[in-house]
Amino acid sequence: MKKVNVTICTGTTCYLMGAANLLTLDEALDPCTREQVEFSGSHCLGLCTSEEHGKAPFVKVDGHVIADATLMKVQDKIREILDRGE
Amino acid sequence: MFYDNKANRLRKEVLVRVARAFFTDQPDDTLNRIPLAMRPKRGESSRCCIYKDRAVLKYRCMAALGFSVENETDEMKPINEYYEEALQRKTPVKPVLTVIDEACSACVTTRYSATDACKGCLARSCESVCPKNAIEFYKGKAQINPDKCVNCGLCMKACPYHAIIRIPIPCEEACPVGAITKDEETGKEVIDHAKCIYCGKCLRECPFAAISDMSQMVDVLKQIELGYVVAMVAPSIIGQLPGTLKQLVSALQQVGFSDVVEVAEGADETTRHESAEWAEKMREGERFMTTSCCPAYIETVEKHLPEMRPFVSDTPTPMAYTASKVRKSNPEAVAVFIGPCIAKRVEADRNPEVDYVLTFEELGAMLVGAGIDVIECDETELHPGGHAEGRGFAASGGVTAAVKSLAPGDADLQPVLVDGIDRKSIRLMRSWVAKSCPGNFAEVMSCEGGCIAGPGTLGNPRLALKQLNMLVEESQPLAARQTQGEVQ
Repeated sequence: MKKVNVTICTGTTCYLMGAANLLTLDEALDPCTREQVEFSGSHCLGLCTSEEHGKAPFVKVDGHVIADATLMKVQDKIREILDRGE
Repeated sequence: MFYDNKANRLRKEVLVRVARAFFTDQPDDTLNRIPLAMRPKRGESSRCCIYKDRAVLKYRCMAALGFSVENETDEMKPINEYYEEALQRKTPVKPVLTVIDEACSACVTTRYSATDACKGCLARSCESVCPKNAIEFYKGKAQINPDKCVNCGLCMKACPYHAIIRIPIPCEEACPVGAITKDEETGKEVIDHAKCIYCGKCLRECPFAAISDMSQMVDVLKQIELGYVVAMVAPSIIGQLPGTLKQLVSALQQVGFSDVVEVAEGADETTRHESAEWAEKMREGERFMTTSCCPAYIETVEKHLPEMRPFVSDTPTPMAYTASKVRKSNPEAVAVFIGPCIAKRVEADRNPEVDYVLTFEELGAMLVGAGIDVIECDETELHPGGHAEGRGFAASGGVTAAVKSLAPGDADLQPVLVDGIDRKSIRLMRSWVAKSCPGNFAEVMSCEGGCIAGPGTLGNPRLALKQLNMLVEESQPLAARQTQGEVQ
C-alpha cells in the first residue's frame, strides 16, 4: 500500500510558531499508523510568505496543506486519508 | 512542561510582526496595523468581538516593544509612538514582566464549585463536612455560597461522585512565591515585584496570555545597525531553532551580529572555579554548597530564602564570564545574551558587562523578520567553542556532572538536585539550612528539566535534550585536558 507522505516545514517561521513541537509526531502516532506514514524532511515550503495560505506552522499531508498545524490536526488528516484508502 | 498552544502562538506572532515591521520601509504604518491585520473585519475573534481583541493586541505590541502595560498614560498613543520611543531609549526597561490587564480574564476567586454531576444524594456529606454552612441546595443539587466558602476543600474530598471541583487560578497556582495576586477592586492580577523571582512560570500558565515579558528585541535590532554587537548564545540553544549550531552562527551573523560566542565557554570557566570553590568549602567544613548560575534561584534566595545566602556559590555565572571575555577583547562591544530565560534580564541589569538579554523566541522572531532561513545557512565554525561540560549546563544535572568531572579525585561529591523551583522545593531548601541537606553539592534549577525547558524556549524539551546529549557527546571534555595542577 502506498504510504501517506507527511512533510513538516522547518523554515524558521514554522519552527518558531510550533513546528519544533510537531517534530514529535513520529512518537505521537500509534505504531499501526506510523507504519503507513513516511516523513520527508523539508526546508521552507514557502507558504508563510503570503497570508492566503493561513498561518504558520505548515504541514503537508499527501499534498494537502494544513495551516496553523497541531499534532491533532495532522493526525486527523492522516487517518482520514488512510480510512479513505481502505 | 512544554507549551505549544494558541495563547503561546499568538504572543509569538505579535513578536514576529513587530520584527517584520522593523525591516520594512514603513515600520510606523505596519506597526499601527498589527491589531487590524491579526483580527481583520469579519474574521474570527477570540474574545467577545474583534474590537476587544484588537485593543488587547495593541497592549501586546507595547510589551513586544519593551513597555510595561501598567505604565500606559494615554490610551490614544499609537503603537508607532511607542516604537519611536523604544528606538530612542538607551537602556532596557524594567521590571521585565508586565500584566496586560485587558487580557486578564479575572479568574473567579471562589476556588470550589459544585457541578452538574451532583446527584443530590441522601448522605449529603458535603453539607455535613462544611464548617461554614456554605453548601446550599437548589432544586435538589448542591451549590456553594461564595460569600460563606473559605476554600477549605473538605466538600470536594467528601463527595463520592466527584461532583465538586476545584477551579485554580493558573498564574497564582504556578507562582512558587505568591508574587501574583488579585487586585481586590478590579479582580485582575497584579505582580508584586518585591516578591517576583522572574521565573516566567505565570507567563506560560496563563491561558489568556495576559502576562508578558517586556521584549528587548527592538533595542537589539537598533544596536545592530549602530555598532559592534556580540551575540552570546546560551548552551540551551540546541534544538531551539532549525539547523545546526554552526548554521545558527551564520544566521546570527546574517542578521547583523558582529561576533558570536558560546556561553558554554563561560560555563567551562564556571565549572573550573565552582569545583575548586566547592572543594575548598568542603575542606573548611561547610555542610553543602549550592550552584549560583540560575538567576531565578538567586532571586528566590534574595527575596525568600535569605538564610541560604552563605551556602550559595560565589562563582560568577557562565553569562558573567562570557560577557567579561567579550568586553576584554572589545571594550566598545554591545554584549547580548541569547537564552531561554527571563530572569537573566534581572541578572543582566545588575551586571554592567551585559547590555541586553534576548529569549530564543525573540531571536526566532528577529530571524523571521529579517527573512533568514537557518536551514539554508552555511556552517560557520566557533572559535574556540565550548567543551562538553559547559554545553551540558543546559539540562538539569549538567552543572553537577561538570563540577564533578573537575572535582579533586579524592573528593566525595554527593549531589542533590532541585529540578524546578516550586512551593515544595522552597520548603525543602529551607529545611536544608535549618536541619540537614542530604548531599554536599546542590544544583538548583528554576525550570523543570533545566534551561532547555525555560520560558523563552521554542523547542520541545525532550527533543532538545536528545540533541544536546548528542552535541555533548561529540564535544571535547574539559576534564581530560585539565591536569590537576591547573585547578585553582
